[in-house]
Amino acid sequence: MKSLEELKAIREKMQNELNSRAEDGAATRVVVGMATCGIAAGARPVLTAFADLIQKKGLTNVVVTQTGCVGLCQYEPIVEIIEPGKDKVTYVKMNAEKAVEVVEQHLVRGQVKSEYTINSEIK
Amino acid sequence: MMPELSLNILDVAENSIRAEASLTEISVTADTAADTLTVVISDNGCGMTEEQCSAVCDPFFTTRTTRKVGLGVPFFKQAAESTGGSFSIRSVPGEGTVVTAVFGLSHIDRMPLGDMTATVHTLVTMHCDTDFLYTYSVDGRSFVLDTREFREILGGVPFDTPEISAYIKDFLSENKREADGDVTL
Repeated sequence: MKSLEELKAIREKMQNELNSRAEDGAATRVVVGMATCGIAAGARPVLTAFADLIQKKGLTNVVVTQTGCVGLCQYEPIVEIIEPGKDKVTYVKMNAEKAVEVVEQHLVRGQVKSEYTINSEIK
Repeated sequence: MMPELSLNILDVAENSIRAEASLTEISVTADTAADTLTVVISDNGCGMTEEQCSAVCDPFFTTRTTRKVGLGVPFFKQAAESTGGSFSIRSVPGEGTVVTAVFGLSHIDRMPLGDMTATVHTLVTMHCDTDFLYTYSVDGRSFVLDTREFREILGGVPFDTPEISAYIKDFLSENKREADGDVTL
C-alpha cells in the first residue's frame, strides 16, 4: 500500500528547492481540448504526453492546461500553443507520438511543426 | 461512444468542475458475486433545476449557448443501459449533482474500465484548486485518494509539481494493483 508517509518525505525533501523555483512571468501555454469530443478522440493520452515530456525536459516556463470544446470537433484532439508575443498555433488530430515531435520541435527548438497545424489540414 | 469507461468518467467529472464544485467524489465499485460495476460521480457544484436534470440525458440538450448538442451524459447512460444496468442523475440547485451508473460486469457489451489511473491523475493535477475524493473497490479490497489529505501534508505545494505529480500517479497505480488482485475490469 502506497502510504501518505512517502508524501511527507517528498514534501520535506522539496522544502529547500521550492524557493529557488521562481515563477517566470511570461509562460508558454499548451492548451488541450478536453470536452466530450476531445476525450472521445483521444485527448487524454495527448495531455498526459505533453505534461510528462514537459516535466522530463525541464521546460519550467511551459504550462499545460485544458479547455472545453472549441467547435472544431472533427479535428480533435486539438492542442493550442500560445507563446507570449506570438500568434497562437493550433495543432489538430493529435496523438501521443505527434506530441513528442511537437514538444521537441516547437517547445524546445522554437519552430512550428507545420505538418500538424490546422492550416495544413484545411489546404 | 467512448472506448473505455474511464473516459466517460473523466468527461462526466469535468461537468462537476464546470459546475464550480469544490469537492467531487468518484467511486468505482466492482462486485464479481453480484456481477455489477457501479460508478458514482457526485459533486457539491451549482446543481441543476428539475427541468435541466431531466433534459440532460437528451443529446440535444446542453447549457452551452455556442452549439446545440451535449453528448457526455447520454454516452455514459447508454454505456450503462446497454449492459443491462441502470443510470440515474439527481440534482438540487445550489447543492450539487449525483450521477450513478450501474453496469452488468460480465455483460458482453460492457466497455473495459480502462485507465482509471490516468483519468484520476488528469483530474487531480489539472484542477489543483478542486478537491477530489476517489474510492476504488474490487470485491471489498479498496483504497481511497483524498486530495484534502494531500493538501494538508503539502501545504501550498501544487499537485502539478513534477515530484508530487509522479507520487500521485504511483499512489493510484500501486494501490489499484493491490485492490484488483487477479480481477481485470
